[in-house]
Amino acid sequence: MTAEHVPAGLLARYVASGTSPGSSHVDDSGGAWWWVVEVHLEHCPVCRDRVRAAVAADDGLLAADLRRVRAELAAVVATSCAERARATGSLVRSRVRGMFRSRTHGWARWWVTPVLLPQLGMTAMVVAAAVLLDLADRAAGRFPSLVLLLAPVLPLLGVAASWSRGLDPAYELVVGSPRAGLDLVLRRTVVVLAGVIPVLGIAGLMVGYSPAHWLLPCLAFTVTALALGGFVGVQRAATVLAAAWIVLVVGPSLVASRLPVVLAADAWPGWAIATAAVAVVLAARGRAFAGMASGR
Amino acid sequence: MVRRLEADEIAPTGYAWSVQAERLQVRAGRRLAVAGLDLALGNGVHGLLGPNGAGKTTLVRALATVLRPASGSLRLLGEDVVGGSVLRRIRRQIGYLPQEFGYYRRFTVREFVEYIAWLKQMPPADVPGAVQRAIDRVGLTDRAEDRMKTLSGGMVRRAGIAQAIVNDPLILLLDEPTVGLDPDQRLQFRALLRDLAADTCVIVATHLVEDVAAACTDVMLMDEGRLVFRGRPADLAAAAGDATHDGAGDSLTARDSLAERGYSEIMRRHREGAAR
Repeated sequence: MTAEHVPAGLLARYVASGTSPGSSHVDDSGGAWWWVVEVHLEHCPVCRDRVRAAVAADDGLLAADLRRVRAELAAVVATSCAERARATGSLVRSRVRGMFRSRTHGWARWWVTPVLLPQLGMTAMVVAAAVLLDLADRAAGRFPSLVLLLAPVLPLLGVAASWSRGLDPAYELVVGSPRAGLDLVLRRTVVVLAGVIPVLGIAGLMVGYSPAHWLLPCLAFTVTALALGGFVGVQRAATVLAAAWIVLVVGPSLVASRLPVVLAADAWPGWAIATAAVAVVLAARGRAFAGMASGR
Repeated sequence: MVRRLEADEIAPTGYAWSVQAERLQVRAGRRLAVAGLDLALGNGVHGLLGPNGAGKTTLVRALATVLRPASGSLRLLGEDVVGGSVLRRIRRQIGYLPQEFGYYRRFTVREFVEYIAWLKQMPPADVPGAVQRAIDRVGLTDRAEDRMKTLSGGMVRRAGIAQAIVNDPLILLLDEPTVGLDPDQRLQFRALLRDLAADTCVIVATHLVEDVAAACTDVMLMDEGRLVFRGRPADLAAAAGDATHDGAGDSLTARDSLAERGYSEIMRRHREGAAR
């Protein structure tokens, strides 16, 4: 090396050696000549220009280097892109799907939990069985309509499931949540009634009774189950009410073979008053659903 | 995935302890399962250890505001736990994984976590992002659209953890969170705990001593409704050292972990003390 610049021979050797140091760069002269050139190039624009010119003159060398760099880069890009695509692909897909789903089905979920569906299904089956029995008995006319007799307590199957430790698997999470309370109970009850009342309506028409006979009793029992549930738990309240109705009204009616007076079409003012009275109790006791259990 | 922080989230808290109980008594059935317990917990991971029937689950249920304390005082986030709007405000800041984690089998993981987010009264606009973040954190991203009934036991548990953290709670109550997790998932879970510990008061009730030793900043031992020991995980191991000097270190117990031996040693001493 001259005092000022890299000698032409060494520069040619440097250019020929490629872009990275290897074992061949520490050699015969005993010194690390490659690094000496490298350090000099950092400070000497003149020699950098000479390197550039030498590399430019040697097309083959430049092309080979570029090809190599391009190939290496392509490999790196391909693998890392594939990894990222795999990782984000499933993420993006699931996110997009999730948003789409929550838009389409979300409204229903806030009102109903899946546990209500089997209960509503069971209710529909009971109604269907009662209709069949009624139609079979129609000619003989021995018994009063089973559909009508059972109608008041039929929503209780669903109501029991709307707020119960035994029937709602996520009950512990629900009662500990800020949304726990009368509004959530009522929301679920509305779904139950929306499912049960149309079924009863159709069944009633099939056996020849208008909703005037059973609609108010239905509401009265539903509200009573909730109001009583504020004291003893909804499931227990629903069970007690249904049992009492079946023992005190359905049984005697079947034995006496006539419709009880409480289900006559003109009994509705009594049911309306009862419903209103119980609704007041429910409103007063509604806070129980939002509170903590006593642990007993 | 990051989320925007609101100003009130980074404001200094106006209370000293996230969980503060004095002479707390809670009933489970007729029995007094938590019998006069004093507790003051701040941010960090607090391990709650104890034998079966020690009252761990009852304590956690009381802290989750599911059970009403029979007597004593319980303050969560600086507010007395009474009914009404205070209770609602506190519950919004709690994450809870019950011991018997019930879920709707027909819901997908995402639907279930969304439903819990809704129950926790999160702003609707925040729900999709928060749900995705919670599912990502427990590693269920690729199973988010699968129905809960198709998940394995460990995955159900992770979905349970996801629903507990979806509202970024200030108090996180986990009752036996590692049941059914394989060793690898357990390590991930502990990393998640350490991550949460910075700004959350995490209470982990468990019977697995090694979980506590590895992930907790602080250990509490419960027996018969009372706190019998409180200290760092290292103190548990130190108690084991004493036990070996007592001549209890035969070849079989040498294979048990130090923390486990410390746990049984503290329990033994407590029971001997109680019997006297």
